[in-house]
Amino acid sequence: MKKNPITYPYILWMVIFTVVPLALILVYSVFTMDSSGIGFTLQHIKRVFEPLYLVVLLRSIRLAVVSTVICLVLGYPVAMILAERHLSKKSILIVLFVIPMWMNFLARTYAWMTLLEKNGLINTALGAIGLPAINILYTDNAVILGMVYNFLPFMVLPIYSVLRKIDSAVIEAAEDLGATPVTTFRRVIFPLSLPGVMSGITMVFMPAVTTFVISRLLGGGQYTLIGNLIEQQFLTTRDWGFGSSLSFILMIFILLTMGIMSRYEKDNEGGGLW
Amino acid sequence: MKKTARGVLSCVALTILVLALAGCGGQKKSTLKVYNWGDYIDKSVLESFEKQTGINVIYDEFATNEDMYVKLKAGGSDYDVAIPSDYMIRRMISENMLQPIDFNNIPNYQYIDERFKNLAYDGKNQYSVPYMWGTVGILYNKKMVSEPVDSWRILWDEKYKKQILMLDSQRDAIGITLKMLGYSLNTKNQKELDEAKEMLIKQKPLVLAYVGDEVKDKMIGNEAALSVVWSGDAIFMKKENPDLEYVIPKEGSNLWFDAMVIPKNGKNKKEAEQFINYMCSTEIAYKNADFIGYSTPHSDARKKLPPELTSDRSVYPEKEDVKNSEVFEDLADSLPLYDKIWTEIKSK
Repeated sequence: MKKNPITYPYILWMVIFTVVPLALILVYSVFTMDSSGIGFTLQHIKRVFEPLYLVVLLRSIRLAVVSTVICLVLGYPVAMILAERHLSKKSILIVLFVIPMWMNFLARTYAWMTLLEKNGLINTALGAIGLPAINILYTDNAVILGMVYNFLPFMVLPIYSVLRKIDSAVIEAAEDLGATPVTTFRRVIFPLSLPGVMSGITMVFMPAVTTFVISRLLGGGQYTLIGNLIEQQFLTTRDWGFGSSLSFILMIFILLTMGIMSRYEKDNEGGGLW
Repeated sequence: MKKTARGVLSCVALTILVLALAGCGGQKKSTLKVYNWGDYIDKSVLESFEKQTGINVIYDEFATNEDMYVKLKAGGSDYDVAIPSDYMIRRMISENMLQPIDFNNIPNYQYIDERFKNLAYDGKNQYSVPYMWGTVGILYNKKMVSEPVDSWRILWDEKYKKQILMLDSQRDAIGITLKMLGYSLNTKNQKELDEAKEMLIKQKPLVLAYVGDEVKDKMIGNEAALSVVWSGDAIFMKKENPDLEYVIPKEGSNLWFDAMVIPKNGKNKKEAEQFINYMCSTEIAYKNADFIGYSTPHSDARKKLPPELTSDRSVYPEKEDVKNSEVFEDLADSLPLYDKIWTEIKSK
């Protein structure tokens, strides 16, 4: 393949800001540097697989999977409504859906904290109509809520862009051949939208499994996730070797997940990530 | 091939241009780069310093000692003055990251109370000038806690289940537990640390959340009954919500100091010393203490503050009030021990 010179600045950018940092992570995770020189070690990698840290990793995965599933269940119908051809004022709906993303992610998460707290808006409203207060701030549920709220658009938009591109003739053909709406959806629309679903899942799952802000603010710091653990290694403990190993294993894990996903992503028409 | 060469050349040219632009500006006037905690100065003080001296101040903020350390250690930054805490200063001295200060250039140092000179983190007082000081203690809501609060033990009382806010900081959380158990908060003894770990795991179901700066919103908004806070924040919160009260538990606590230092890679030592001296003038020290509400080590500035504040012994404790309290030491090699304990507690 012949490369266009116009891509060189981009390649340079990628080398400086992606390849070199990734290489550094690998270097920090398997080499030790001290006064006696540089040595190779697997102790950091081994430590990642100690039960203590596996618990943290599994919890992160569990929360991320739950949020991804909820995002999919909530997001798919939304994408279908948005992609509906006869929908008037569609652009307004889409804009309304995207507007929260114009606000800073942290500000949005802080806002949830104020909404959910004991004397917060939601509980005050519930109290006003005589309902018992709910205490979900600083629980797993609050963390999942935060993830779903923040990452839902990443699920809806790729599915929406795939659905919109489905040729209406295909659907009409299915209907002409006597398929019920359920069958049409099951046999035609859903399979055709799979590439969008897959990139939606990846785009929600990745930030969800690595988040450390949501778990700290909405989880009240009681739920160490893998992201918190990594942050802690770099800032508090200054154990860069272990921090890098954690990041490295996490990246391999994500890469594997995406490898499995991408098998379903062939022939994708837009909406795909890669 | 020719095309490729041109591409590479234009790319290099572009990079050089960007770097050149980034390096522009600020050549004429002398500048001073200051690195301080967030919300930790009366900003008008900086403006008047610029006006007085013609030195241009670049002011940046950090959120934790660790953030600051990482940034200075990584090189590339050239702050002339930084304001870290005691144990971090100790660490920076031992890693040769600080320049000794020429105290002849800081005549206003005489106003710093003798009590705050030659402290363990800078024993011969060569590298640092104290800026603020305080303690860690319990802030409680008088409407929710009726019994007298004088011990860390109350944070383990089942009565206050899900009404307790802990500090999300390994050093502080483990430290106060060690004090409660009667140990030093600088211990490296595995047995003592294990005991503290068990206590903290036992406490976890009672804790509403482990928080940082959010604690202020939560306590002011009556969201919790008890919390572990720094004294400076406590003064602020008491002002906002009169139901709150601050105590230094009888078992002792952490006594902390934030002090001004001159990092090694700073380029303007003269201006840095000028700035530190300025910050120690009575008027400016008073302004800062009044604005941020923390306790000042400056004896004359303290006299200018409202007497009801400076006579409050939880805010300005006398020596006997903090006789059991300790200053953090740098843990050095034992740091991973604390980290592991903290992860074990948090992953339960």
